[in-house]
Amino acid sequence: MTSPAEHIDPALRVEALASLLAERGLIDEATIENFVKTYEQSVGPMNGAKVVAKAWTDPEYRARLLADGTGAIAELGFKGPQGEHIVALENTPTTHHVVVCTLCSCYPWPVLGLPPSWYKDPAYRSRMVREPRRVLREFGLDLDDSVEIAVHDSSSEVRYMVLPERPAGTEDATEEELAALVTRDAMVGVANVAAP
Amino acid sequence: MDGIHDMGGKRGFGQLEEPTDAPPFAEPWEGKAFVIGALAARIAGTNLHAFRHAIERVPPSEYLVGYWNRWTIGAQIMMEDSGIITDEQVRARAAQLSGQDVPEPPAPEPHKPQMPSGGAGNLRSRDTPPAFAVGDEVRVADLDPVGHTRLPRYVRRRAGTVTAIQPCQVFPDTAAHFVGENPQHCYAVEFDSRELWGADAEPFRLSVDLFEPYLEPAK
Repeated sequence: MTSPAEHIDPALRVEALASLLAERGLIDEATIENFVKTYEQSVGPMNGAKVVAKAWTDPEYRARLLADGTGAIAELGFKGPQGEHIVALENTPTTHHVVVCTLCSCYPWPVLGLPPSWYKDPAYRSRMVREPRRVLREFGLDLDDSVEIAVHDSSSEVRYMVLPERPAGTEDATEEELAALVTRDAMVGVANVAAP
Repeated sequence: MDGIHDMGGKRGFGQLEEPTDAPPFAEPWEGKAFVIGALAARIAGTNLHAFRHAIERVPPSEYLVGYWNRWTIGAQIMMEDSGIITDEQVRARAAQLSGQDVPEPPAPEPHKPQMPSGGAGNLRSRDTPPAFAVGDEVRVADLDPVGHTRLPRYVRRRAGTVTAIQPCQVFPDTAAHFVGENPQHCYAVEFDSRELWGADAEPFRLSVDLFEPYLEPAK
């Protein structure tokens, strides 16, 4: 068992592990590069933004997304690890949803990619389930007292994404223009989508 | 297990990190760490739950160093458990990579766990119907297992309401220890913030997905 007393620099530990596994044929540079490239370029919040923009412009799609998130998201080609069962939570003028994982850092990879640093940080994981209104305010989202906050702790294999409210003044925007407005933070629930 | 990882409601972790549009990997080693962890269960012949449990067993001082550090050490612990590598090998290799002349420790004898799997992923079915229905009042059992669990400590013994029946899933508490997938029904259970944190709590609703063995009828 790893001894807490003898800390190894994390980058060096990774090199040591990669080297040991590579010489046994258990990992190789090409696999590492492919994985990294996938999560740097193809799997990220731009996927979720397309889901949101479509839900904003296509009422039937929105209904499917809320009834069966996994299926509606797969219609756009987004599926894979950490996306076995995805639930979309719809924000309304009276309810604001926000997602956290207090036990680790569960996150809907197919639509949002890998979680950002703040989502994995102890401050977010510990505080979001105790004082969400204060946490949201610190993130710059000052919700009216009339808005009820619903926090979702991702403790099973169900993954959550927030369907934010469509901002005012976007009636004439195309789906593509709308997708460009949607941020990762809005799909976790720590922000709203700002008008253009 | 009650460990450093069970962070819901803990005080003292200070300020939130500023949201940025930083890429997923700040440095190349982080990307490599991600891939090692992502492949570790396959290499060790284990599963996602065992990986989570390995991360939970990372010593607290190391856990708090940062995400990719605990992720990497968790992967290492799981591979040690399966006899793929030893901590001595990792330390020796780290020393060698740092230019030190240290002898190569012996490789261990692999002993991967043998647990039958019901297929890919974690969604399963069960012959028995769910014990609870939407709208049922439930109370979280007073459970304190020494092993892996997905029952966050802050909802233990608290009363809530079932708001959705989630898909039946592999039970993390047994799968992490290779004693069986043991699929269980799972429920979204909603708690009032005052039930969790007392009368002075901020008003809000909190929903947690809880497996059937964690729950009792409220009464």
